[in-house]
Amino acid sequence: MTVHQRDWQAFVTEGKDGAVHMDLAVDGITCAACMGEIERGLKRLPGIRLARVNLTSQRLAVDWVEDQTGADEIVAELDRLGYTAHPFDPASQKDRLDKTGKQLLRALAVSGFAGMNIMLLSVSVWSGNATDITPETRDFFHWLSALIAIPTVVYSGQPFFKSAARALSSGRLNMDVPIVIGIGLAVALSIVQTIQHHHHAYFESAVMLLFFLLVGRYLDHNMRGRTRSFAENIAALKAEVAARIGPDGTVREVPLSKIAAGDLVLVSGGERVPVDGVIEMGTSEIDQSLVTGESLLVPVKPGHRVYAGTMNGAGAFQLRVEAASGATLLDEVNRLLEAASQAKSKYVRIADRAAQLYAPIVHGAAALTFLGWLLAGMNWQPALVISISVLIITCPCALGLAVPAVQVVASGQLFRRGILLNSGDAIERMADIDTILFDKTGTLTSAETALAGKVDTNDKDLMLAARLALSSRHPLSAALVKATGVLEPLPDVTEVAGAGLETYVDGRRLRVGSPAFCDIGAADVEAALSRTEGCSLLAYRYGERDGCLLPFRQQLRTDAVEVINQLKATGYTIEIVSGDTLPAVRACAETLDIADWTAGMKPAQKIARLEDLQASGRKVLMVGDGLNDAPALAGAHVSLSPVSAVHLSQAAADAVFLGHKLQPVADTLRLSKRARAAIEQNLWISTIYNVIAVPIAVAGFVTPLMAAVAMSASSLAVTANALRLRWGSQAPEKGHTGETLTGARG
Amino acid sequence: MDVLIFLIPIALLLGALGLAAFLWSLKEGQYEDLEGAKWRILEDDDLPGSRP
Repeated sequence: MTVHQRDWQAFVTEGKDGAVHMDLAVDGITCAACMGEIERGLKRLPGIRLARVNLTSQRLAVDWVEDQTGADEIVAELDRLGYTAHPFDPASQKDRLDKTGKQLLRALAVSGFAGMNIMLLSVSVWSGNATDITPETRDFFHWLSALIAIPTVVYSGQPFFKSAARALSSGRLNMDVPIVIGIGLAVALSIVQTIQHHHHAYFESAVMLLFFLLVGRYLDHNMRGRTRSFAENIAALKAEVAARIGPDGTVREVPLSKIAAGDLVLVSGGERVPVDGVIEMGTSEIDQSLVTGESLLVPVKPGHRVYAGTMNGAGAFQLRVEAASGATLLDEVNRLLEAASQAKSKYVRIADRAAQLYAPIVHGAAALTFLGWLLAGMNWQPALVISISVLIITCPCALGLAVPAVQVVASGQLFRRGILLNSGDAIERMADIDTILFDKTGTLTSAETALAGKVDTNDKDLMLAARLALSSRHPLSAALVKATGVLEPLPDVTEVAGAGLETYVDGRRLRVGSPAFCDIGAADVEAALSRTEGCSLLAYRYGERDGCLLPFRQQLRTDAVEVINQLKATGYTIEIVSGDTLPAVRACAETLDIADWTAGMKPAQKIARLEDLQASGRKVLMVGDGLNDAPALAGAHVSLSPVSAVHLSQAAADAVFLGHKLQPVADTLRLSKRARAAIEQNLWISTIYNVIAVPIAVAGFVTPLMAAVAMSASSLAVTANALRLRWGSQAPEKGHTGETLTGARG
Repeated sequence: MDVLIFLIPIALLLGALGLAAFLWSLKEGQYEDLEGAKWRILEDDDLPGSRP
């Protein structure tokens, strides 16, 4: 591969005092020693102002003076120290400073400290009410509480006010609407009661409620932030750059966000195609398995369209970046994707469904209480006080924590098993599933091609061929090298672009490449293809001996059979929908013993199959990785995608799993079911709490002390129930996803 | 109840101090790397005479 000069300027942002700043994702920082080594190593370079490793997010921040050292020296130094590092594309790092998280934490702190102070005053009033507090002191304490509570509610309540306003303005009801009503009424009632020298005020209830709800909100945000930052690290370490050819013919690597339609991009042998475009110059073979699901290599030449995410074979070519023209596979996928995502946004989260039930019941009960006491001959003012106390005590404190607490614990469990959630409600939906659709290529099989059958390492010719293959970056050559484990390349290799490699060993010609390049007849090729269905062939020939054909095929993930059996035993209906050719899919389905399978499926057919199933009342989990799976991933009730998938599919899927195994699919389903059960239990706990609390409130016996105790107790019960998810589920096996999930180590 | 004249302002002041300290630490980025901080105490770089 040619090493291009990389355009580092694109990765660098302005820092303080004329310095420049760069954030890098670093792979494999697991301990203190690595941290010290990296920081010390970088500080030896001239001009480095600051090099700081963040062990939590596995990132490195560097500030340096631009004219004394360069970004390439920094990356080279890290490389020398033994760390793979890649700078973040500033454009892809939207929320580097995590403003929302900090805002929530500030609101949480303010409500927490204010709550403590108000509680101090409230406890004095409660104990004073029982003994001999003077009305003046009580009023003074209430006014002090109001002075603290009002600004606190205004400041810390913002996340809820905004969300409730958004929901109402779009004509929906969400959890935050009753919350805002409850808190607002509690504060207003307390002020009125303070003015009227009453014995009770509800300031501490309002602030404490806010505090508990903010805890739930912050945990929820933090969980999503952690998953997102981890996913960003993976994306950055994939080093998604494109080699742009400038007008003067120079080649520089730039981040993908800097590539525009019309640019000319160089794709070298063995590289992944970075962008969609049309080939301008050069020929090669392309592994399109990520796009169409076909595992065979496709020859391409000028005028052909290639897609981002496909793997280039041995040849190099120049690519003209094209904007969508309306008639390509990508456009079709995008259209289907849009339609499918719209259909899916109909799903209503459990918490919001609960709120839709909850709000009318509780507000109705409060109204009935008011009317009831009026009819019983009470004055309107005390009747109003009682009905507002009903609203306060039923304010969905536990309900607000019931779902996020479970989601945080469950997503932590999933994270440890190498599953990153894209959407918060995926866990809820995952628990409904009864049918699983699998894509074949890259999902049931691993993304890499491997030699079909056993390798005879005593075969001298084969080993020579493998050593010759070391000089090529062609995927089949790489697979041969991997299968044989050879290490020494042969000297004086000549490469015939798009055909193969040759050299002379002991004066005899050795060739590795396409069957035609090795002079192997079409009949032999046919025979080999029929022996191993759906394979790609690599040929080699040494001297005058007969040439040999090696069949390559994508191998099933090592634990595929086991996991599929496990899923079948649990009662899921399993089906394969693949874009690959019939023989390849049939072989795969037979090995896995899956009766329902279809081959040669286009994106539109995949989604049609999905809709058929969903129309018959099935809840479908789609597992796929290719561009052709993206619409189905977006349209399915819930979807999973391996981390090797194309961008579009990863973005469309609800969760992404890491590693080379299929086990995460089964883990996700199992954990989601338990999480769903815990969510339902939590909702029941909240309901039971309300069933007990509401009659007391309706009867007019609720005091602020009771409200405070009941709210804390129900919140703690709900949180403790969520934490129960952690028990009884053992830690994942060592090395299960350890090689890719460095964050879980050390 | 004259003691309240001292007690209440002191309680409020202490509360405000705690809050201010927390907001300061948040702004200073004290919570950005919870994992690394525990290891950094083992680094001897700041001692005079330690290897560069």
